[in-house]
Amino acid sequence: MASMDVSINGQTVRVDVQPDTPLLWVVREHLGLTGTKFGCGAGLCGACTVHVDGVAVRSCQTQMSSLSGKKVTTIEGLSPGGLHPLQKAWIAEQTPQCGFCQSGQIMQAATLLTQTPKPTREQIVEHMDGNLCRCGTYPRIVRAIERAAREG
Amino acid sequence: MHDRIVTSKRSPSRRAVLAGGAGLTLSFSLGLAPQATRAQAGPVALNAFIRIAPDGAVTVVSPAIEMGQAVNTSLPLIMAEELDADWSKVSVETAPVADVYNHPILRTQMVVGSLTLRGYWMAARTAGAQARQVLVDAAAARWNVPVAEVKTEPGAVVHAASGRKLAYGEIAAFAKAPEKLPEIKPEQLKPVAQFRLIGKDVPRIDVEAKTTGKAQYAIDVRVPGMVYGTLARAPVRGSGPASFNRDALKAVPGIIDAVAFDHGVGIIGNSVEAVFEARNKLDAQWRDAPGSKTDSSAAMQAALEHVRDPKSQGVVGRSVGDAAAAFASAAKVHASEFTTDYVYHAQMEPHACVASLTTDGLEIWCGTQWPTRARDDAAKTAGVAPDKVKFHLVQMGGGFGRRAHVEYAVDAVLLAKAAGKPVKMIQSREDDIAAGRLRPMTAQRIEVGLDPAGKVLAWRHRIAADTVVPYLYGQPRMEAQKGVDHIVMAGTEMPHYDIPNLVADHIYEERGVRTAAWRGIGAGHNNFAIESVIDELAQMAGKDPVEYRLALLKDPRARKVIERVAEMADWKRKREGRALGIAFAKLGLPPVGFSLAGTVAEVSVDVKSGGIKVHNLWCAVDVGLPVQPGNIAAQIEGSLIYSLGSALKERVTIKNGAVEQQNFHDYELIRMSDVPQLHVDIITSGDIPLPVGELSISGTIPSISNAIFTLTGKRLRHAPFTPDRVKAGLA
Repeated sequence: MASMDVSINGQTVRVDVQPDTPLLWVVREHLGLTGTKFGCGAGLCGACTVHVDGVAVRSCQTQMSSLSGKKVTTIEGLSPGGLHPLQKAWIAEQTPQCGFCQSGQIMQAATLLTQTPKPTREQIVEHMDGNLCRCGTYPRIVRAIERAAREG
Repeated sequence: MHDRIVTSKRSPSRRAVLAGGAGLTLSFSLGLAPQATRAQAGPVALNAFIRIAPDGAVTVVSPAIEMGQAVNTSLPLIMAEELDADWSKVSVETAPVADVYNHPILRTQMVVGSLTLRGYWMAARTAGAQARQVLVDAAAARWNVPVAEVKTEPGAVVHAASGRKLAYGEIAAFAKAPEKLPEIKPEQLKPVAQFRLIGKDVPRIDVEAKTTGKAQYAIDVRVPGMVYGTLARAPVRGSGPASFNRDALKAVPGIIDAVAFDHGVGIIGNSVEAVFEARNKLDAQWRDAPGSKTDSSAAMQAALEHVRDPKSQGVVGRSVGDAAAAFASAAKVHASEFTTDYVYHAQMEPHACVASLTTDGLEIWCGTQWPTRARDDAAKTAGVAPDKVKFHLVQMGGGFGRRAHVEYAVDAVLLAKAAGKPVKMIQSREDDIAAGRLRPMTAQRIEVGLDPAGKVLAWRHRIAADTVVPYLYGQPRMEAQKGVDHIVMAGTEMPHYDIPNLVADHIYEERGVRTAAWRGIGAGHNNFAIESVIDELAQMAGKDPVEYRLALLKDPRARKVIERVAEMADWKRKREGRALGIAFAKLGLPPVGFSLAGTVAEVSVDVKSGGIKVHNLWCAVDVGLPVQPGNIAAQIEGSLIYSLGSALKERVTIKNGAVEQQNFHDYELIRMSDVPQLHVDIITSGDIPLPVGELSISGTIPSISNAIFTLTGKRLRHAPFTPDRVKAGLA
């Protein structure tokens, strides 16, 4: 067990974990930030996507030991009032069904708009292809990203 | 999924309570079966209810559980419509588990068969109308005017003659619900033409929480003093651990204990990461079970032989006319065979459940499609009476039929008992697949007897497949149904086609494989065969597939979905390198009514790689009265995508009784790049909402197969159409 400091959503918190513990379990179970979801544990579904220094990563594949000096952002920290343009667009397009994958979808999409504010549909599909949605909300995810890019 | 239809009776019992100072609480019989009125202690056992606070806030208790289908919006909306509520003041609570919330058709608290709105339709309207009547009566009495002179507008009672008005909240502040609540007759309900909420899109109540990470699922629940657990089930149904490396597991830091259960190995620890680390180190010897030798490839060959053997006799699940006599008189018999593999639900939330044994009972947080069963099984496992279970129904991260099975609730209770503490049970994705309860694998043969002019005289559909009903509902239910597995046989009825003599039978293939209802149930595999054969008949008759269907469909609603979807797809237009295929689909049962769909797929195929690309899917649906059109479109789109996986990719194989696939690398789901352009059109008919959530599952595979035939002249008969099969099929 090691005591480590980690910066999450702008706050530095101390956790006692093994260095190889996946970030996923730290945010969900140690810190109670349960918006980040466990879907596969193998980096195959994207439900656990968070940002590390602004880059979308799979938190189930990110060991705590790799986070020294880095800033982690989860869905809870994406926007103070939940009013990120993507979140507004997600609501406008009524995107979620069961909703379980949607935090990961939004976190993945957010890094696309940072890099490419006006993505083409092909760029959206390429960027989002690692995130699974079993309810099949993909068409509405695309529309929501396009709306967020349009409306900002 | 469907369930047996039981005629419900109007309950005579109506109870009303006035909550102390908190405004008006009205509770209503939902017009359910007699068992619904069995009284239990405490307010939780009251009938489904609507609460109105003095500030005008309306709380609607929704008896159905959310898993993505938006019933936590659409069902309360129906109550609010008849209540004439101001929707902006309505909030929704999920009901507890209690008989009073039972589904009026299923007679248990259960969300299956796309039957929620259809089942609760009259009950929910009656509940809303009854609440409205109480408010109207109270206002009229207050004003001392005849009830007939007062009306409601959203959220208020008005007396036009005197220009007076009382908001519902104001009435709630003084009114008492009468001892005997007013009876509402069907003719007192709002005429459909006056609906102002039903048929218009209101935003789902749960979308905001699902975009901010605040939505809570069972896997997110945390309770004080909680530890973590997982339960690795034996790879084969009916098996369990003969021995396992308990000491090695207990040596993992953070592990509290590792316990053998009859059906698997439980691991309990202080952290989820410790539990999963130990799970990965589990080394168990498993007892043999009846399915320990099952090999899906060999089993498929055996099943094909069974459907081909004229001597094999299955259980007849559908029979119209006299098929045997009609075949005997047929000039020609056309025969055709199809197979479908096992498929897995892949709900995105792996099974999770939190259980806590209390001094006198059990508290449990669980997302389930069958709350009544989950409560009862959990209670039995805990050794307490069902009324000692405090059951928190939590929304599900997907269900698709998988969560009608409740074994994960039992597992959580077993772990909590072993730990002596509250336990959050989480299954790894690998264990979720390994213990997956699969849609049966099928081999199917259809024979069609034709007269000399090519008219269809007789239809025989034979399905060799696992059973589902005994595993889901138990053997007594199967026997009560005379051996007819309605989940496997769904879709084999063909009332919309002009087929005078029909028989469909089910040859049981008992392989010891865990099975379940899978979104769309039997129609998902059976309609592949049916609609492929309809296309073959069109080809034999030298007719266009749309024209042939329009001639053979005797039901005008059915013809309309075919006409509409053909129009949407611009059916007659030829596409370079691509072709269209069509299929008809239905969902329902005669007493419930059928919703109908026409699906057209536009496909191309890379002959060299065997890859199929689906470019467009058009779907015209007749769902009766659409309650929430935007959500219906979302459900239809979702089902098209869900079933596209079973058409192109999804396949579970079994070796030595165990599922071979492990995670999403070898059980591949549809990803965004696979998704075609989707086009949905909703046709309104009648004044009852018909099943929606699974309707568009069963047209996808045949419409793709039919399109491939048009494109290549070769028919794909084995779903999913994986590249190797496509290459073999087109060779």
